[in-house]
Formats: sequence, C-alpha cells, structure tokens
Amino acid sequence: MIKLSAASRAALLGWLMLGLALVVVVGPFLWIAVASFKQPIAILSGTWSFTPTLDNYADVLLSKRSDFLAGVRNSLIVATASTAIVLVVGTLAAYSLHRFAWARWVTLGFLGWTLAFHMIPVLTLVGPWYLAFKQLGLYDTRLALILTHVSVNLPMAVWLLMSFFKDIPPEIEQAALVDGCHPLSAFWYVVLPLVVPGLIAAGVLAFVFSWNEFSIALNLVSQSNATVPVVVAKFAQDYEIQHGQMAAASILATIPALVLMVFGQRFIVQGLTMGSVK
Amino acid sequence: MTPPPGPARRRRRGLVEALNATFKHWSLLPAVLLFALLTAYPVVNLLRMAVSTIEFREGGESWSFTPLHNWSLLLADTALAPVVRNTLVFVAVAVAIEMVAGLALALLIGGLTRGKAVMRTLMIIPILVPPVAIGSMFKLMFNHDFGFFNQILGWVGIAPVSWLGSTKLALLSVIIVDVWHWVPFIFLILFAAVEGLPKEVLEAARVDGATRGQLLRRVTLPLLMPALTVALVFRAILAFKTFDEVYLLTGGGPGTSSELLSLHLYKVFFEQNQLGYGALLSVFTIIGVLSLMVLARWLTRRWALR
Repeated sequence: MIKLSAASRAALLGWLMLGLALVVVVGPFLWIAVASFKQPIAILSGTWSFTPTLDNYADVLLSKRSDFLAGVRNSLIVATASTAIVLVVGTLAAYSLHRFAWARWVTLGFLGWTLAFHMIPVLTLVGPWYLAFKQLGLYDTRLALILTHVSVNLPMAVWLLMSFFKDIPPEIEQAALVDGCHPLSAFWYVVLPLVVPGLIAAGVLAFVFSWNEFSIALNLVSQSNATVPVVVAKFAQDYEIQHGQMAAASILATIPALVLMVFGQRFIVQGLTMGSVK
Repeated sequence: MTPPPGPARRRRRGLVEALNATFKHWSLLPAVLLFALLTAYPVVNLLRMAVSTIEFREGGESWSFTPLHNWSLLLADTALAPVVRNTLVFVAVAVAIEMVAGLALALLIGGLTRGKAVMRTLMIIPILVPPVAIGSMFKLMFNHDFGFFNQILGWVGIAPVSWLGSTKLALLSVIIVDVWHWVPFIFLILFAAVEGLPKEVLEAARVDGATRGQLLRRVTLPLLMPALTVALVFRAILAFKTFDEVYLLTGGGPGTSSELLSLHLYKVFFEQNQLGYGALLSVFTIIGVLSLMVLARWLTRRWALR
C-alpha cells in the first residue's frame, strides 16, 4: 500500500473535489447536449447508443411552427438597446453621485431606493407595468421590455460603476481641472477612459441579465415580440412536449452565455464579486 | 479645420458652458426620472390597485373601489399558507446548502496550487445560463421514464421516482436545481475573499502551532465573516424572487406543493386576472421583503459591534 504524506493527501482530496465539481457542473450540459442529437425514440428509451441527428436543431431553428429565430432577433434588439441605455444613464448617475457634493438625503435616498427596488420580487411590479403600458399603448412592444429591463439593471450598473470611480485617485481629475479643463472634458477625457473595465463588466452583465430575463417578457409581450426565454419555455410547456426540441432550444439559448464567458470572463468575475469583498 | 463663424461659435460655447455649469444636475436626472416613472410610480399605483377591482371590457378598463372585496379574497386564498411555508422552506434549505457547499469549495479550491482558473471559469457557466434553459434542462433530467436521475437510480437498482410529480419530492427537486444554479455564485464571492486573506496572519497562526481545525474556526472564518454575510444576504434576497425555474419545472404543483411566492403572484395577476387582489398581495410582499432587509441590516450591525 502506498503511504501518502498529509500534504499530498490534502492535494489528492482537493483534486477529487475538483473532479466532482467538474462532473456536477458540466454533466447536465453534456447529458442535454447528447439528448439534443437524439431522435424522439432514442430519448424515450434512454439508450446511449444511437445515430446522431440534427433534426431537433432543424426543427427549432427552421420549422414554421418555431419562433426561435424571431425570438433571437427580439432578444438581441431588447438586450442591446437596454444595455446601451443602462450604460449611459448608469455611468452619468454613478459619476454624479460619486463626484458632486449632493445633499446626504439625495445620495442615501437614491441608493436606498435602488437597493429596495433591487430586492423586491419583480413580479410585484409586472402587474402595474402591464396596466401602465396598456394605457400608453406600449403593451406588446419591444420598447416596454427595453424600458423595464433598463430599470431592472440600472441599480447594478450604478453600484458597480460607483465602486470603479472610487478607485480613481482624485488627484488625477484635480490636476486636469487645475490645468483649465472643463468638468465635462475632465469627465470625458480623463475619468471615463480609466473606468473602461467597469463599463465592460456592467455592460456584459446587463446584456446577459436582459437576454436571460423571463418573468417580465412572459407578461408584457405576446408571441410576435417574445424573447428567447419565452420561446424556450414554450417548448417545455406545449401539451405534447417535444423533448428533443426542448433540449436543442436549451443548448442554443445557452450559447451567448458561453461566448461571453470565453471573452469577458475577467470582467464578469470582477462585476459579480465587486463590492461584496471590499 | 476652419472655426465656425462668429455667432454660431458663440452660441455653441454658450451651450458648452451651460452644460458644464449644470453637469452635476443633468447627470443624475435621467436615472432619477427613469426610477420615478418605472419603479416609484408603479409602487404608488399598486396601493391604488390594492383597494380596487379592475376589469377589462371592450378595450377599456374599469376601476371600482372595493377594498373589502380584495381583503375577502386574501382571507379566502387557501393557497397562501402553503405558498408562504414553501417559500420559507425553499429559501432556508436552498441557501443553507449553497452557503456550506460554496464555502467548502472556496476553501478547497483556494488551497490548490493549480487549476484555480479552470475552476473559476467552470463555475461562471451556471450563473450566466438563462434560468429558463436550466429549468428546461432539469425538467428533462427529472423525467420519470428516461431522465438522468432515474437512470442513475436504475443503475443502483432503485425503482424510478416521480421527482416533479409527487407532493413530497417536487419542492426538493426545485431546491436541487436552485443549488446547482447558485452554489457557483456563493463560490465566486467567497473564493475572491479567500484569495484576499492576509497570508501573514494565517502563517503566523500556523507557526504558533494552530491545528487545521483551530485555524479554520479561529482565524479563517472570522476573517471571512464580512464576505459570508454579504453572500448570505444577497443570496437570500435572490432566493425570495425565484420564479423562472419553478414555473418551468413544476408550475407550483402537484397542487400547491412547490408553489413559491413569485409564482403565486404570477398566477393571481395573469392567470386569474385579479389585478386588485394581486396588488394587495404585492404590497404585503414588498413590506415583508423590506422588513427583512431592515432586520438583516440590524443583525449585521450587531454582528459587527461584537
């Protein structure tokens, strides 16, 4: 029998845990990915030997009965527009609160309100939103989703960017102002370039949250303006559930998240953990 | 480049100066307007809706003042007690498991010399995947006839279980999915905190002869306490809002055995079309969540003072 030192036993345990976590996290994706290439009969029999088919993906993407591609278009429009607005409005607000001497009640009121709004279940507000958008004639429009997604993601963007602004030494901006730079130019040319990582983090998170958002999209728009999550949910809700298409649609809906994970990982981690550790 | 002619240039400079002079105010204005219109106004409107009955007929809506009617609906709502119980059980159990598992993972991975980056990458995936896709995936995996979980039970010779279709297991199944989804979030927060631990303090304790258990209990955990508190509060708040997965997995069923608060609100508002009663429920929900927030703040303050 091999005798292990305490250190290498700990290392072995660590690697085992790592392997287990890997299986637990990746396993479901693999199982679903495999299922998405199966014919209905192969899924129902639970067999592991089968002839792979692309039928499920073809059905999800190309069939006349499927709204998936229209959903992708709607989701792209809503997520892009709401992210752009969140970044512009959020950056300005965060800078204003950080830089200017606002009365205490303004700062505390603003941050307190956004925090409270962030905490209450969004479904408490979908009812009033539904009524308001009906009255304004905005029910079942992408604009309704864009506006609501902006309000849902704005608190995150403001807090995140405020913590990035706080990291900038005040001397840099003061030097620019002393040299005769206008406040606006100092903000645009000196401060903003320094918080680009924060802008990327907030942008990526706002885009992902908007892309994933379901409870608002389910209730404020109907079929023609439905976003990807609503379309995916429909595959799982139909009376005759099409398991293969359900699997394929889930995998397809996950692709943007995986792409962003590859390209924006550093910023996502920063965004998700920021403020919680400091 | 030639400068613009005189009057135009003067006007432009005037505009720039005005923008500079009022920068403080107009920079905050859009956010305040957005929040006022899209969050404050709906909350006020909720109060009005809560004492009304709202009906749609021929394109228009008709409001009538019926505060007692909504109260009687509240008292007659037999689903309410199970919903509140389910939500509390769901939040307590799911968040407890997530905290313990997330902390264990963060400490283990933090102690590794290699593989940290890979692990962190993997852990981001569940957080970014659309919750609806997660619900849809697990609905397939929980399937009675061919699902992954019953396949595993089959390998060890246990009869298939109705994960989503039995009143005893439905809530547990939803909790399993939630744990899968959110342990990575706790891990990310705590892992960042573990990486930020002062190495000298840990080293000093080790040199002074602290055992691994003592080191964990007396040094590491107290140092992690701020991060643990933040992770717990954040996660508990998010857990109260859970909707997407349970909507897809069980729809609250069988019966009301897995119905959570958000799902109940959805059903009252959009399936039973009771906007008035839904608003009353929403008002109570908001009051409840905000009191929890105040309580959490008070608790963390006390914690910090000790």
